[in-house]
Amino acid sequence: MIAALVAIGAPVLAAFTAIGRLTRFAITALTRMLQPPWYPAQLAQQMLVIGWLSLPVVGLTAIFTGSALAQQIFIGGSRFNAASTVPAVTVIGVVRELGPVLGGLMVAGRVASAMAAELGTMRVTEQIDALVTLRTDPFRWLVGPRILAAVLVMPFLVLVSNALGVMGGWLLATQRLGFNSAQYLATTQRYLEVDDVMSSLVKAGVFGFFIALMGCYHGYHSGGGAAGVGRATTNAVVSSFILILLSNLIITVIVFGS
Amino acid sequence: MTPRIELSGVSKRFGSRQVLDGLSVSVMPGESLVIIGGSGTGKSVSLKCILGLIPIDAGSIKVDGQEVAGLKGAALDAHRTRFGMLFQGGALFDSLPVWRNISFALPGRAADRRAAAIDNLARVGLGAEVADLRPAELSGGMQKRVALARAIAVRPPIIFFDEPTTGLDPITAAVINKLIRTLVTDLKITALAITHDMASVRLIADRVAMLHAGKIIWHGPLASLDGCENPYVRQFIHGSTEGPIQMPGVRQ
Repeated sequence: MIAALVAIGAPVLAAFTAIGRLTRFAITALTRMLQPPWYPAQLAQQMLVIGWLSLPVVGLTAIFTGSALAQQIFIGGSRFNAASTVPAVTVIGVVRELGPVLGGLMVAGRVASAMAAELGTMRVTEQIDALVTLRTDPFRWLVGPRILAAVLVMPFLVLVSNALGVMGGWLLATQRLGFNSAQYLATTQRYLEVDDVMSSLVKAGVFGFFIALMGCYHGYHSGGGAAGVGRATTNAVVSSFILILLSNLIITVIVFGS
Repeated sequence: MTPRIELSGVSKRFGSRQVLDGLSVSVMPGESLVIIGGSGTGKSVSLKCILGLIPIDAGSIKVDGQEVAGLKGAALDAHRTRFGMLFQGGALFDSLPVWRNISFALPGRAADRRAAAIDNLARVGLGAEVADLRPAELSGGMQKRVALARAIAVRPPIIFFDEPTTGLDPITAAVINKLIRTLVTDLKITALAITHDMASVRLIADRVAMLHAGKIIWHGPLASLDGCENPYVRQFIHGSTEGPIQMPGVRQ
């Protein structure tokens, strides 16, 4: 009986400990970000790395997914004479869900892993200790700029993702499915609402926060040499994926559930 | 005279492993103390405890007579301004060029900081031509020199050297050891080095202490090291497999 309780209790305690450590890390990062000194050059560099360098992967994902979505809606809609809903459903599907979620997942795969690997390497090669001995707070120099940059640039990436996703659908619909271009765009415009875009941008900011937080958290607490850095990288990607999908569900239910 | 650094009964445990077990040692102003000891005996941990990078479980750490164990926030930052540190692997920031690594903690305009970095490069025998290189473009010996230049850049009164010659060939190691000795003498720095390289000990040390099982088991001036009767010290300095120091998992 006791052995069974221990078997259940140990992982539960470990999970609560991990959540507590992560929460403390996030609070420390956020409070230090508000206090000087600030490092604008670090912030600009991270905005470039996270935003500009993620554009190709986010853009390609959006175009391919938007096109595939339009094709699927056309096939599915044809079964009950609703093939004309392609522009409306594509724009709602892309802007509310696929644009932010797939954009977030692609950025997480690229950025969270890179952050975890970089900070993890800095941890195991004592560069983070060196920062401290040089009177520089790693939270202000390393963590803060990454989190802020991710929160700031993710909405722009998702805007691009949304636009390219809709464009992918339009391209396929007009080139392969026989839709009239002007009519398609007019329908798209008619069914796209401000709330759709706003929820998309809110999701993007939240996803950006989780991506950078998980990348920095796992990298910062990395240990055990190269294998430890590898584990940190994997954990950063997996945990940011889970948090993106979970927070997407929560925001979707809050914004569109009523 | 008040010791510059004084550790009394310092203990530190990681999980079930007692790394420091009542460590007591002191370093006088201007002195160069080298702590020797095998791998995993807590040498690096003791330096990190003094710097406040690792909290201690028990004991006292005083710097210039002031208790520093348990310092936090601004007081801890102020405490750290007294130290420079040469890390075992250099710990240079990969993303920054050499001159920005060296001038990292220096205030002022970029041009002044760059000039100061080049001055410090000259002190460690490197020319201005390496200033714009990245650490990855330097050899191991050059990286150590740059790390040394960074450690002395703010002219700290105390410098820690963590295994300063690890991974270097004997000639480069001798160059680094001589450089450390020269800098310590010229800049009148109090130095605390940890190493298991006996060539380093003989070139850097005024005084030597041996750390074993988390405590100092012998200390004395460099001149008394070779005549020391302590069996642990004798085994260590002769690199013998016969003696009281048992390597975990190794059959004698």
